[in-house]
Amino acid sequence: MSERGKPLVEVRNLVKHFPITRGVIRQKQIGAVKAVDDISFDVMSGETLGIVGETGCGKSTTARLIVRLLEATSGEVRFEGEDITKKKGAALKALRREMQMIFQDPYSSLNPRKTIGSIIAEPYAIHGLETAEGARKKRVQDLMDMVGLNPEHYNRYPHEFSGGQRQRIGVARALALGPKLLVADEPVSALDVSIQAQVLNMLRRLQAELGLTVIFIAHDLSVVRHMCDRVAVMYIGKIVELAPGDSLYGFPRHPYTGALLSAVPVPDPVGGHRKRELLTGDVPSPANPPSGCRFHTRCPKAQTLCSEQEPPLVDKGGNTVAACHFPLTREEADSRLPALLSAADPVPATDEA
Amino acid sequence: MSSRETLLEVDNLKVEFRTDDGIVYAVDGISYKVKAGTTLGIVGESGSGKSVSALTTLGLTRGKRTHVSGRILFEGRDLLTLADEELRQIRGNDIAMIFQDPLSSLHPFYKVGAQLIEAVLMHRSVSKSAARDRAIDLLELVGIPDPHRRVDAYPHEFSGGMRQRAMIAMALANEPKLLIADEPTTALDVTVQAQILALLEDLQQRLGMAMIIITHDLGVVAEVADEIAVMYAGRVVEHSSTERMFSTPQHPYTWGLLKSIPRLDTPRSEDLVPISGRPPSLINRPTGCHFHPRCPYVRPQHRSIDPKLQEVPGEFGHEVACLLPAEMRKQIWQGLQAGQTPQELRHLVEDKEAPKAVAAAQPAQEGGS
Repeated sequence: MSERGKPLVEVRNLVKHFPITRGVIRQKQIGAVKAVDDISFDVMSGETLGIVGETGCGKSTTARLIVRLLEATSGEVRFEGEDITKKKGAALKALRREMQMIFQDPYSSLNPRKTIGSIIAEPYAIHGLETAEGARKKRVQDLMDMVGLNPEHYNRYPHEFSGGQRQRIGVARALALGPKLLVADEPVSALDVSIQAQVLNMLRRLQAELGLTVIFIAHDLSVVRHMCDRVAVMYIGKIVELAPGDSLYGFPRHPYTGALLSAVPVPDPVGGHRKRELLTGDVPSPANPPSGCRFHTRCPKAQTLCSEQEPPLVDKGGNTVAACHFPLTREEADSRLPALLSAADPVPATDEA
Repeated sequence: MSSRETLLEVDNLKVEFRTDDGIVYAVDGISYKVKAGTTLGIVGESGSGKSVSALTTLGLTRGKRTHVSGRILFEGRDLLTLADEELRQIRGNDIAMIFQDPLSSLHPFYKVGAQLIEAVLMHRSVSKSAARDRAIDLLELVGIPDPHRRVDAYPHEFSGGMRQRAMIAMALANEPKLLIADEPTTALDVTVQAQILALLEDLQQRLGMAMIIITHDLGVVAEVADEIAVMYAGRVVEHSSTERMFSTPQHPYTWGLLKSIPRLDTPRSEDLVPISGRPPSLINRPTGCHFHPRCPYVRPQHRSIDPKLQEVPGEFGHEVACLLPAEMRKQIWQGLQAGQTPQELRHLVEDKEAPKAVAAAQPAQEGGS
C-alpha cells in the first residue's frame, strides 16, 4: 500500500503459443494457437486492472501466465522488479504466497471431500505456516469472518453452501497467505444477479482494507467498469486499448472497444437505445490471425492500410493507449455509448400524472 | 397492441415435483398471456421457476413425480390435457423452443443439416431433398454464411454464436406461432449476444411470431420485450409493460434487481445495492410474502399474509404482489432513484406503522380483495 503508484507487475512482450500437433506417437507441430501474442503492460500497486475481451481473446491465459500457472513461450513477467518467468523450486513457492487467484466456477474449484476449514487452511499446510492447531483455526475463522461467512460453519462441506458463499470460500483461501496480488478470473459470472453484487461489494471492500492489487478478468463490461481503475481490452491475443476506466468508457478510441460497448444491453427501454453497431461474423481463429490489424476483418473503419500494417499501441491522448490506425472520433464514440444518466436526473417517468 | 389476439394463456399454473427431500413447488400459481406477434420477457434468478413454466408449456416436465395443475391455453386448446401424441404435433411445429446451451442441444454425431431436415420431416410430408432445400433456406435466414456448404458441417465445426443460430433455424423450421427462448444468449459473448437479439427481433417482425424470452438479464429484456413478468420463488411478483417496469417498478425484488447490477448508463461511483440473503428453498418456502426474509421493507404482518398479484392503482395492466401501500412504494422508489439506500428508506415503512390513523387509511385501497 505504501508504494502505491509504483508498478507491482510489469509484463513485457509476453507470448504464449499452444502448439497444435499431429500424430500420436511422434507428435509433429503443425501450428500454434497464439493465445497471447506479445503484450506489455504494468499493474500498479494498489490498483484494479480489468482485462476484457471475447471468449478466446487470451485474457485468462494472460492471468495464468502472470501467476505462473502456465509457462510463457517468451517474454517477461516482473513482479516487484524481478523476472519471475524462470523461477523454480523454493523461490517459486515463496512467490506463490505473494500472488493468489480466484476462479470462475465455485463448484469445481473446491474439493468436495474437504471441510471448509481445511480448504481455507490448506495454504498454511502447504507453506508450513500457523502450525499450531489452535492458531490455524483462529486464523481461518478470522478469514471466514472477513469474507462474510459464519465462522461456525468451519466444519461444513462445500455442497452445503450456495454459489455465492462458495465464491467467498475461494476468496478466503486466496487471502489466507496475505498476498499482494489477487487475480480474479470471472469471479462473478457463474453467480445469480442478486448474489453478484454481494461478491463485488465484498471484493471492493477487501481491496480497500487490505491494499490489494487486483487483476480482474471478466467479459461483462459493466462489471469491469464498476470494479476497475484501468481497463485493458484484448482481441485475439493482443491488447488493443488500455486506458483508465473513465476514459475507456467515456471515450473509447479503438473501434473494437466501441463495438463491445455498443453491444452491452442497457436496462432502460426508453433512453437506452442508441446506434447499435453489430460486429459481423465471429472472432477469427487465434491459430491463424488476420494480417495487419487483427480486427480489420470485422472493423467498420478498416482501410487497406489496416490489413497490411499492424498498428502500434500508442498514446491517443487522455491517458489512453490504443492500437489503431483510424481511432474513433468523439462523435463516433458518442453514438456507440448509452446516454449517461446523471445522478441528479433520475430515469424520466413516462406516465407520472 | 391490446387489440392483438391472445395466443397463449397460462392460467394459475402450478408445477410440483415430488422428490426424496419433499415437494418442490417449482411453479406456484402463475398466470400470463402472450399476444400474437409480441414478446413476453420472464425475468428471475435460478430456481425462480421461469424455465419450468416454459418447459411445462411444451409438456417437457411430464413424469410420474410431477404434479401439474391449472391451464395452458394455446389457441383455445388446453395443452395440459393433450395426449403425448397430440402435444408432439404442436411441439416444434406451432410452438418451438431454443435453449441456453447450443452445444449440448445439438447432437454431436449428426450434421447440422441432418438435424434440421429431421425437424422439417417431423411435421411435414415433403421429400428429403425438399427438406434439405428448406434446411439451407433456414440457415440463410438466420445469417449463417455459405449455407450450401455449412449444411453438411458438424456442430463442433460451428462457433458458439453459429450454433445458437443453427438452433434458432431448427426452431423456425416449421414457422412456429410461438418461440420460447430459454436464456438464448447467456452462454454467448456480448457482441454475439447483440447479433442474436437483433436476429430474433428481425425474425419476429418478418415472421410475425410471438416470443417468450426467459432470462436473468434485465438489459436483454429491456431491449426485446414488450411485456415483462418478474418471477420469484415460483410466482410472478410483478408484471407490466417494459416501459413501466423500468420507469415505475413496484416490487422490492424488482428494485433489488435493478439496483444490484452495475450499468453503463449510471455514474460509476454509485455503490451496488445487493439483495441480502439468497433465493429460498422451494421445498420449505418462507411463510407470508416469499420475499420477506430478503426484503429491506418488511413489516411484521408480511410474514404471515400472502400477497396476491393486484393491479397498481392508476397503472392499467401493471400488476404487483406486494403488501406495501402503493403510495409508500412510490416514495421508496423515488428515494432509491435519488441514490438513497434501503436502510435510509426503511423509516418510511416503520413510521407509518405506529400512527394508526395513517395506517388505517392505506390498507383500504391496497388490501381490498
